[in-house]
Amino acid sequence: MRKSLFLLVGVCVLAYVAGCNSKTSKTLPILGSRDPITKVVDGKTITDTLYHSIPDFQLLNQDSVLITNELFSKGVYIANFFFTHCPSICPTMQRNLLKVYEKYKGDERVKFLSHSIDFRHDSPSVLKSYAEKLGVTNDQWQFVTGSKAAVYGLSDSYMVYTKEDSNIPGGYDHSGYLLLIDSNRHIRGAYDGTNDEQIQLLLDELAILLKEYE
Amino acid sequence: MTRNTSLYTGVALLVIYLLFHACQSEQAIRTAQYTVNGQKLFTAHCQNCHGAKGEGLGTLYPPLTDSTFLLKHREQLPCIVKNGGSEMPPNPQLTPIEVAYVLTYIGNSFGNEMGIFTLEEVQQALAVCD
Ligand code: HEC
Repeated sequence: MRKSLFLLVGVCVLAYVAGCNSKTSKTLPILGSRDPITKVVDGKTITDTLYHSIPDFQLLNQDSVLITNELFSKGVYIANFFFTHCPSICPTMQRNLLKVYEKYKGDERVKFLSHSIDFRHDSPSVLKSYAEKLGVTNDQWQFVTGSKAAVYGLSDSYMVYTKEDSNIPGGYDHSGYLLLIDSNRHIRGAYDGTNDEQIQLLLDELAILLKEYE
Repeated sequence: MTRNTSLYTGVALLVIYLLFHACQSEQAIRTAQYTVNGQKLFTAHCQNCHGAKGEGLGTLYPPLTDSTFLLKHREQLPCIVKNGGSEMPPNPQLTPIEVAYVLTYIGNSFGNEMGIFTLEEVQQALAVCD
């Protein structure tokens, strides 16, 4: 009786430690398409994998400054697509992203990039006022606008659905995904920005990803 | 005689008490019904901006937890819900009874204690929106 109790407790402790270990040693996958490429290194032909990555971009931010992918090359960032007059999912998505921002405010390894898909209305000054009202007080979180081709093209690279649609309240249809991007421009996670459990997963996985940079 | 009088008085008081009590609980049941219906509408039409706990979002969308503000503007609330504001979109699809539901939900959640918004109250308020 005593023995089996010890055994049970032992197994529990082991399971706990093992569970804990598997969590800390977990690495996030690279999402998206992958293509095999062959190249010659030191005279030998090797096969490598070309992972899907975010292309170069140049967009105007809330301070009317042209920013590029270079700004995000030193750490990780979380990207999404929204517009300031969106009455549907955006407020919830931004409320949730704000929680992540507040947690990592001051930690320059983590940046935030919100693309407006309302290229007609969301000028830099509109984005600036939106950011201030949302409670964003530093440049860790960038709000950007660009031509329709530039922004909608990028949304495809981030694997986020966007579409101009006059039948939708607000005039634009899009999905509320938050994308976790590493310094190699690879997508390492995609989370539904309107779902509390997915936000928790994002927080957990962001911490895992940051371990790669320690 | 005096014995009878006090008996009658006693019974009368009991009847009044029971009537009052029944009326009270009927009102309470109705408030509860409106609140439940209102919660559904709130989730569908309002929660994105005002938050599940009525917390709002920064200064973009105001919280619905300011009891003093809500009490002070009780008569304007049906018009705000129906016609929106400078930033808030209108809700033309909501019927007066639905406005009563959602306001009863807000008015009795998030720390507010405003009692029921009846259909009559909402109709009267909507008749004089500017
Ligand atoms: C797109 C975001 C949005 C949605 C959706 C929305 N509101 Fe609002 N609401 C606002 C804003 C912004 C204000 C402040 C007034 C203004 O600028 O229009 C406001 C103000 C209010 C107020 C007055 C409180 C105050 O402090 O000003 C009430 C009450 C209210 N809303 C209730 C509702 C209800 C009920 C619904 C759903 C039927 C709803 N709102 C849906 C954005 C929204």
